[in-house]
Amino acid sequence: MSTTLGLYNYWIVIFLMMVGFYVVIAHGNLIKKIVGLNIFQTSVFILYITMGKVADGAAPILDDSVTSYSNPLPHVLILTAIVVGVATTALALALIVRIKEEYGTIEEDEIHSQDESL
Amino acid sequence: MIASNLPALQVVIPLLSAPLALMLRRGTHSWVLAQLVCIAALAISINLLQTVLATGPISYEMGGWAPPWGIEYYVDAVNAFVLLIVSGIGTIVMLAARTSVAKEIAGDKQSLFYTAYLLCLTGLLGITITGDAFNIFVFLEISSLSTYILISLGRDRRALTAAFQYLIMGTIGATFILIGVGMLYMSTGTLNILDLAERLQPLSDSRTVQAGFAFVAVGVSLKLALFPLHLWLPNAYAYAPSIASAFLAATATKVAVYVMLRFFFTVFGVDFSFEVMPLGIILAILAILAIFVGSAVAIFQDNVKRLLAYSSVAQIGYMILGISFATVTGLTAAILHLFNHALMKGGLFLALAAVFYRTGGVSVAHFRGLGKTMPWTMFAVVIGGLSLIGVPLTVGFVSKWYLVLGALELGYWWIALLVLAGSLLAVIYVWKLVEAAYFQTAEGDAASVREAPLSLLVPAWILIGANIYFGIDTSLTTGVARTAAASLLGIGG
Repeated sequence: MSTTLGLYNYWIVIFLMMVGFYVVIAHGNLIKKIVGLNIFQTSVFILYITMGKVADGAAPILDDSVTSYSNPLPHVLILTAIVVGVATTALALALIVRIKEEYGTIEEDEIHSQDESL
Repeated sequence: MIASNLPALQVVIPLLSAPLALMLRRGTHSWVLAQLVCIAALAISINLLQTVLATGPISYEMGGWAPPWGIEYYVDAVNAFVLLIVSGIGTIVMLAARTSVAKEIAGDKQSLFYTAYLLCLTGLLGITITGDAFNIFVFLEISSLSTYILISLGRDRRALTAAFQYLIMGTIGATFILIGVGMLYMSTGTLNILDLAERLQPLSDSRTVQAGFAFVAVGVSLKLALFPLHLWLPNAYAYAPSIASAFLAATATKVAVYVMLRFFFTVFGVDFSFEVMPLGIILAILAILAIFVGSAVAIFQDNVKRLLAYSSVAQIGYMILGISFATVTGLTAAILHLFNHALMKGGLFLALAAVFYRTGGVSVAHFRGLGKTMPWTMFAVVIGGLSLIGVPLTVGFVSKWYLVLGALELGYWWIALLVLAGSLLAVIYVWKLVEAAYFQTAEGDAASVREAPLSLLVPAWILIGANIYFGIDTSLTTGVARTAAASLLGIGG
C-alpha cells in the first residue's frame, strides 16, 4: 500500500493538528482559541484510535470464528482523554464567562489594552 | 493491610476528601479537613521514603492487576523524595491557609479553594507515584485543571486572564505529552514505565520513538516553564491567591522536573537522550538563558510576586543545567535544588502572604519601612533571599556548590563561572526588597502596619528555618539526592 494513501488517517491527524494549533495561536478571540484547542485535541484522539486498528482485525469481541482482533486499549485510553478534553473545555468556557463579566469583551487585544500585562 | 496499600492511599485519600471538602461548605471546616488530609499524606510519604531507603523500590499493583497489564505504582528513591517535597510543602502551606484565605477569598468560595487545593495535591502526588506513562497524563490534567481554578480565585481580574493563558499553554503541553506517549505505545505496545524502558532499548533508530521523545521533551518543558516556554508562569504566580502561589511555586514545577527526569533517564535512558538525541547541549543552552533572562527580568519587576516568579524561571534553569550534565553530581545538584528551591520559594511566598495580609499589596512600594513595622516577616524575606542568592549556611549554597562541582568535573569551567554570575543578578533583585524595607520609611497609614499574625509567621518560619537547617546539616538531603541520582543513571547506589 502506498504511504500517501495507505496512511491517510495520519495525514488527517497531521492536518487537524496543524489547523488546531494555528487557530490557537493566530486568533485573538478567546472562544475561537478554545475551538482551535478542541480541534488540536481531536487530532490526537484520531491518532490513538488509528493506532489501535490492526489490519483485517475484527472488533475486539470474543468470538470463536475470529482470529485477529483490533487493539481495544488505545480506544479506552482515548475515552479518558476525551473526558479530560471536555473538562478542560468546560473550565475554559467558565473562565471566558467570568472574563466577559469583568472586561466586557472576549477579544485578546481589547483585554490587553485594558490591562497592561497579559 | 494498611501498610501494604500505602502507595494507593497516598493518592486516594486526597482524591476522596476533595468532594468532602466541598460538601462541608464552611471555609473553616474544609480547612480542618484539608489540613488533616495533608498531614496524612505527609505521614505516608515519610513512611514510603523510609521503606524505600531501607528495602529498595516498592512496586504496587493497582487493583491486583500485575504489571505491565495493570497500572503499577512504582516508588523508588527519586519519587519518594519528590512525594515528600510535595506533601511536606502542602502541609506547611496549608497551616497558613486559613488566615490568608479568609482575607483574600470570599466566604462562599473558600471551600471551593480547599477542594481545588486537595485535587491539585492529588494530581501532583499521582504524577509522582505512578509507574504508568498514560497515568502520568491523567494526573497531570487533574493537577492542571485544579491549578487553573486556584489561580482564577485571585482577587485581581488579571487572575482570570492569567488562568486562561495558562489553560491554553498547559493543555497544549499536556497534549504534546499525550502524543509522545502515544508514539511510544505505537512502537512498543506498552505503557508501563519500566517495561517501556526495556523495550525501547533496541529501538533507538526508530523515527517514531525519536518523534515521541521530541513531543515529550517539548510538552514537559512547557509544564516546567523552561525558558522560552515560561510565558504562562509569571502572571499565574503573580495574580493567584497568596497561598496558591506559595503551594504552586514550591511544588508544581518541581513535579514537572521530576517527570522530565523520569522520561529522559528511566524511560529513554541516558544513552538515547544524551547521545542519540542532542539533549544535553539544548538543555544547557536553554538553562543558561533561563538563568540570565529570568534574573534580569526579575530585577525590573515592581510586583514582588512577579519578581519571585521570574526568579523561579531562573532557578528552574539551575535544575535543568544540572540535568543537562547527565552525571551523578549534576543530577544530585538538580534533585537537591528541587528540594531546596521548594523550601526557599515556599517560605518567601508565605512571607509575601503575610505582607499582603497586613498591607493589602505586594508591590515594592508596599515594602517601604517593613523592616521596622514587620521585622519578623522581613527577616524571613531576607533569609529566603540570601538562600536564593546562594549564600553559605543556606540551602541555596548547597545546591549551587554541587552544580559548580558538577560543571568542574566535566571541565566546563565557563559554565561554573556563568552560575556564579547568575547569582550576582539575584543579589540585585533581593537587594531591591532589602533597600525598600530597611532604608526607606513608610508614609501615611503604612507606617502603622503591625506584625503579621502568628498563623502566617509560623509556617513561613518553618520553611525559612528549614533553609538554614538543611544548609548546615546537609547529610540527609545530599544522601537521598545522591542515591536518587545514582538510581536514575542506573548505577547501583
